[in-house]
Amino acid sequence: MASAAETPNCLSSTGLTEDQKEFQKVAFDFAAKEMAPYMAEWDEKEIFPVETMRKAAQLGFGGIYVKPDVGGSGLSRLDTSIIFEALSTGCTSTTAYMSIHNMCVWMIDTFGNEEQRRRFCPSLCSMEKFASYCLTEPGSGSDAASLLTSAQRKGDTYVLNGSKAFISGGGDTDVYVVMCRTGGPGPKGISCLVLEKGMPGLSFGKKEKKVGWNSQPTRAVIFEDCVVPVDNRLGAEGQGFSIAMQGLNGGRINIASCSLGAAHASVLLAQEHLTVRKQFGEPLANNQYLQFGLAEMATRLLAARLMVRNAARALQEGRQDAAVLCSMAKLFATDECFGICNQALQMHGGYGYLKDYAVQQFVRDIRVHQILEGTNEVMRMIVARNLLQG
Amino acid sequence: MAALRVLVGVKRVIDFAVKVRVAPGGAAVQTQGVKHSLNPFCEIALEEAVRLREAGAAAEVVVATLGTKASQETLRTALAMGADRAVLAELAEGAAAGPREVAVALAALARRLQPQLVLLGKQAIDDDCNQTGQILAAILDWPQGTFASRVSLEPGAVQVQREVDGGLETLRLRLPAVLTADLRLNEPRYATLPNIMKAKKKPLEVVPAADLGVPAGPPRLRLLQLQEPPPRAGGEKVESVESLLGKLRHAGRI
Repeated sequence: MASAAETPNCLSSTGLTEDQKEFQKVAFDFAAKEMAPYMAEWDEKEIFPVETMRKAAQLGFGGIYVKPDVGGSGLSRLDTSIIFEALSTGCTSTTAYMSIHNMCVWMIDTFGNEEQRRRFCPSLCSMEKFASYCLTEPGSGSDAASLLTSAQRKGDTYVLNGSKAFISGGGDTDVYVVMCRTGGPGPKGISCLVLEKGMPGLSFGKKEKKVGWNSQPTRAVIFEDCVVPVDNRLGAEGQGFSIAMQGLNGGRINIASCSLGAAHASVLLAQEHLTVRKQFGEPLANNQYLQFGLAEMATRLLAARLMVRNAARALQEGRQDAAVLCSMAKLFATDECFGICNQALQMHGGYGYLKDYAVQQFVRDIRVHQILEGTNEVMRMIVARNLLQG
Repeated sequence: MAALRVLVGVKRVIDFAVKVRVAPGGAAVQTQGVKHSLNPFCEIALEEAVRLREAGAAAEVVVATLGTKASQETLRTALAMGADRAVLAELAEGAAAGPREVAVALAALARRLQPQLVLLGKQAIDDDCNQTGQILAAILDWPQGTFASRVSLEPGAVQVQREVDGGLETLRLRLPAVLTADLRLNEPRYATLPNIMKAKKKPLEVVPAADLGVPAGPPRLRLLQLQEPPPRAGGEKVESVESLLGKLRHAGRI
């Protein structure tokens, strides 16, 4: 697959600094060599590629925007976006999980006290341990603040009861960042606790069977009188929802970046197919309709990429408009990139429907990006609220 | 041994995965806007040098290249992989160089830097010349160990296992020596994010090629013509081995 060979048409290096081009190069190389050859097998056999991710962590991909004093790489949100976009060309599902892992480590790094940072972050940055983000419940998806998992204070512990749904990595990961209710209803009653696999009362549901994202297991996480030390709480009681949302701002950029990578790879695959496949005595690439289609795909991809990178910069700078920009970028990029991947599949004709061809996996893997980390409907809610309040 | 310096010569080439096209005119290949990378055999040579330093057998790894300003990106990749400092022997934009010119530049650098070991890739994947290391050794009058698949340093000497037509040959060369790396010498590392950032602070010196004695004007080796291979013709299925042999004989293949 030609995805590591950067061609001018995809323009993913445009406007980057020398350093960023180097980061991107390592990520592209790693994706082409360590991920792309295995993405189909990981999908088919539902393999969680622990060793490959640990190799990636050795290069610094385990805690990309986490501070170096606890093992992170200390890079910017834009550097992170560039890296996830490139890695995603090798395997979107695995990269998406890595981005969730990175988000969790950042939350502990940013909102944890010194003792918590030192306890959790180093082994997470090296991916000796893996993390999961636990917000969604069977009864609360888009209405996240209505979550019900309760955490009752008992001495110097919290006792948790409830369950989380659709948790990426659930059951296979070691560290769980859990949003739970310590106070009254609504967002202000929510706190953030860090749990570890093996804690009594922490169990997992069955592994879900999914259309895509098959290189990461998805399970319910169940708390039955699960006892958690107060020392595992990140930040103050009642700060949990804010922590969760701040994590998601970055998470949205990361997921959008994964969509960009899948679209980039799909455009290259479509390009290759159009050059090679002949009908009516000519390569498909001589057909103006398809040429125009390819041009539109590349243009939409670039537009999406610029929105994502712009949002990354805003978040890095702590600008007031960052949250809205992240929502807009996530909405636009995930929708556009799904369209691009889907169009690339169409250009493959019947072959696009076969699992021997990678394009269908990119389509299946990024479909969920329009749903999680805040549905694209919720993204519209956030943008509308911002427009109408002003 | 502690003061041992290794000089690694590298080349910026078109990336192996690119579909190369002949440029109009037939005398060159299209390079405009095409992805370039560090030559894979040079990468192997560099990896070996960095491993020698990490093992304590060498003290410093200097990476050098003869090229235009664009070659700086290749040197930065080499620094990110672990070289300590870099030298660009700079050619003017549009100027070309062949193995002889590169060897002249590296020889001048070797006289300046006094390395005990010069490591190169066995050949570049663009021209496949497989000459630079050999010419360099001749200019310096140093022993050479080409197609190295294993390297181990000893006091004052280096033992090299070479991949040759008959199998494997092991030589012991007195230092200083020139070695060229073959595919199985090692598996190069990826640059890590922290190393890419550290590379920014490492020295990168730019020296005009003329200062190193590289003659101006066209290279010694002139490329006369390039053409793409003939398009693939259809194949043919036969029913028996006899029929196959007959067809091959008829086509003059056996």
